[in-house]
Amino acid sequence: MSIEISQVTKTFGDFVALQDVDLSIPTGQLTALLGPSGGGKSTLLRIIAGLDDADSGRVEIEGVDATALPPQKRNVGFVFQHYAAFKHMTVAKNVAFGLEIRKRPKAEIATKVDEMLELVHLSQFRDRLPSQLSGGQRQRMALARALAIEPTVLLLDEPFGALDAKVRKELRDWLRHLHDEVHVTTVFVTHDQEEALEVADSIVVINQGRIEQIGTPDELYDQPANDFVLGFLGPVTQLGDLRIRPHDIEVSREPRPDGVHGHISRWTRVGFEVRLEVTPTADAPPVQVTVTRAEANVLGLKVGDPVWLRPTVGAQAVGV
Amino acid sequence: MTAVDLAPGRTGDTRPAGALNRASAVGLGVTMTWFSLLVLIPLAAVVATAAGGGIDGFWRAVTNEQTAHAIRLTVISALVVTAINVVAGTAIAWVLVRDAFPGKALLELVIDIPFALPTIVAGLVLLALYGSDDSPLGVDVANTGTSVYLAFLFVTLPFVVRTVQPVLEEMEPEVEEAAASLGAGRRTIFTRIILPTLTPAIAAGATLSFARGVGEYGSLVLLSGNLPFESEVASVRIMSAIENDNPAAAASIATVLLIVSLLVILLLDVVQRRVARRA
Amino acid sequence: MPETRTAHRSRGPVAHLLRFAVIAYLFLLVVWPVSLVVTHTFENGFDALRTVFGDADTVAVLRLTAIAALIATAINTVFGVGISLLLVRSDFPGKRIVSSLMDLPLAISPVVVGLSLVLVYGGTNGWFGPVLEAGGVKIIFATPGIVMATAFVALPLVIREVVPVLQEIGTEQEQAARSLGAGPWQTFRRITLPSIRWAVVYGVVLTLARSLGEFGAVKVVSGNISGQTRTATLAVEEKYLNWEQESAYAIAFLLAGVSVLCIIAVSILRARADRN
Repeated sequence: MSIEISQVTKTFGDFVALQDVDLSIPTGQLTALLGPSGGGKSTLLRIIAGLDDADSGRVEIEGVDATALPPQKRNVGFVFQHYAAFKHMTVAKNVAFGLEIRKRPKAEIATKVDEMLELVHLSQFRDRLPSQLSGGQRQRMALARALAIEPTVLLLDEPFGALDAKVRKELRDWLRHLHDEVHVTTVFVTHDQEEALEVADSIVVINQGRIEQIGTPDELYDQPANDFVLGFLGPVTQLGDLRIRPHDIEVSREPRPDGVHGHISRWTRVGFEVRLEVTPTADAPPVQVTVTRAEANVLGLKVGDPVWLRPTVGAQAVGV
Repeated sequence: MTAVDLAPGRTGDTRPAGALNRASAVGLGVTMTWFSLLVLIPLAAVVATAAGGGIDGFWRAVTNEQTAHAIRLTVISALVVTAINVVAGTAIAWVLVRDAFPGKALLELVIDIPFALPTIVAGLVLLALYGSDDSPLGVDVANTGTSVYLAFLFVTLPFVVRTVQPVLEEMEPEVEEAAASLGAGRRTIFTRIILPTLTPAIAAGATLSFARGVGEYGSLVLLSGNLPFESEVASVRIMSAIENDNPAAAASIATVLLIVSLLVILLLDVVQRRVARRA
Repeated sequence: MPETRTAHRSRGPVAHLLRFAVIAYLFLLVVWPVSLVVTHTFENGFDALRTVFGDADTVAVLRLTAIAALIATAINTVFGVGISLLLVRSDFPGKRIVSSLMDLPLAISPVVVGLSLVLVYGGTNGWFGPVLEAGGVKIIFATPGIVMATAFVALPLVIREVVPVLQEIGTEQEQAARSLGAGPWQTFRRITLPSIRWAVVYGVVLTLARSLGEFGAVKVVSGNISGQTRTATLAVEEKYLNWEQESAYAIAFLLAGVSVLCIIAVSILRARADRN
């Protein structure tokens, strides 16, 4: 295990950011800390890095008790949401910084900087100032800077949060490829479930200072441990007394005794999906149902049609 | 406290509206006429009067023993005091931004006092503590060269502080945290991250401090005694020349000071342009 | 969203030493000397102040100071706002030079300021002076000269407050007003002016403080004629040199008091504006 967190608690005045958190992060994997804003995930990340101190508990990195170590001594690479670039230094100097602190020989630094800039595809910008780079380029520089010191652990705090949607997606994929190449234990914080599901090997869902569930993306999506994880990882709707995914509902024109009876109140086509809103005959809130365009065509549904709804076979749902 | 930073501002559409419309053109004409009558023409008159005495007259006025000494004293004192201000001003700004203790807000007011206080009052104020026989501190530097340094220190106090303070306030803590995570200790963070970021602001404050010192007059009138070869500064020489009905000499010395001022303004402009490039 | 930064770790000895050094420096250089002026003024209770206000000449001095400062401040406010708008919102050849020139008064010695005005507007040998005096306008050795000298030295203060604010807010609001049909004067009065009002207030207060306190430039242009062109600052010098120390301190106290009030006013206003 690369990182061991035991019984970590952190409060800010009256606000409890983390409550007796235990977590083991496997070596060499890409782990996401996922959760809503204010849930404690950034706090946890900063405690691992040593940028904040826990009120109680232990942090172990590669078997070494790091709880009392300052960030300088932990050999962690940290990437910030707003890049934290050294504005008065060129890109190359930024990347070289950690190595210069460690007083490596000049030749070694030069080689490593070249290698890192190649890795992040910023070689042709080496003599530019950060202000002359785009947001995505600055973040790549920040990554190169963090990786240059060959850290034990790479920590990223909402690394793509400040970038626009297209760049975010590109860098997301790129981070995954980078990890596959470099294999350093990586932990990144995000509030975007799509990002976590796409990129991570393992996801830790944190809410209100507590860990809700840990697992692979599939496990979390298909077998949510509780209602919060279900609702946070993807869309959710209420069918009878079940909380269930809209695309896990079977729609039928034939009456089904064990199904929920209602009529279609809204019909919207979004890309390849058709989203239906079904108002139950019994007094209950509307049910959101998602079917593929093909299915919708086969059934020939339109607004006003009576339908019966059932969970599909093998659907994961959480009883209320 | 910046001269017009002609780079675009931060929020919203900030490109200049474009070429002048009629109202703006008239406005520009009026304001520039007033500015010329008040500032530009009078300054031109100084240079013209200095030149009116010929290169000979100019040189003689400026290299007159007493005057030359006064100019030297003025420039050297201003330089030394500026150097002190660079250190003291940065330290004060640091404490104002990074430290917290009861009464810190009062310190902010104290720093503005030398800026708002009439210079003659500044001289009186310093005399009370450092220049009379019944000074509670028992120190009497009135009528000595030291008093010049003291007066300069007082009137130039706010300049470096006020240019450095906003830059310190705007520094992102993440940048220092990034340096820490890369292994930099606190002293390294200060010398390699913080100081380079502050350097342009320090330079701007230093230029203003120097310019202010070189021209200072009011605070020295009562405190320094204006003793020739000891505590007499350039501005006092100019005043003497005026009172002795020697406008050419006065204008010559004034021109020397004006050249110094001009260099200061140019330097300030260059420094601020470089800062804008980095932002 | 609560604070996600730990407050600075417990302060080390360096931080405490620095704090002490800074406080000591400011105390010895500013606080103690200024407080001594206050004690000297009130050494004999309110006698010193009573003498000052009882002397007709001195009262004339104070009135002249106030009037000159107010006129100079008014001129600089109009000029300052005007030139700020032009510099930020329009383009014209030489704009950068004009902008740098506005900072000139900060770097020029007050005595040189006075000299320059005398050379141009002096009644006997000035460039324009004799012509003006023939027409009945006396500038040097009269109130207009004091006003001009004061306006000169305080010139940049309003500009340096207003320009950054104009740049920061941009032209969006003004463009919106135009699109809704407002003419240029309406836009100026109802949109632009209110948006810079605090910057103008700070500039005015600072200009006022500076104007009340000007010494060197006024000494040159005024001739220091008792009862006519002597300002408060000149009176301080004159009284001190004539061994009327008490009165000197009293007037100095009044001037210092106004300066400090100005600083406090700006602080409070700024704090309140920030909070909004």
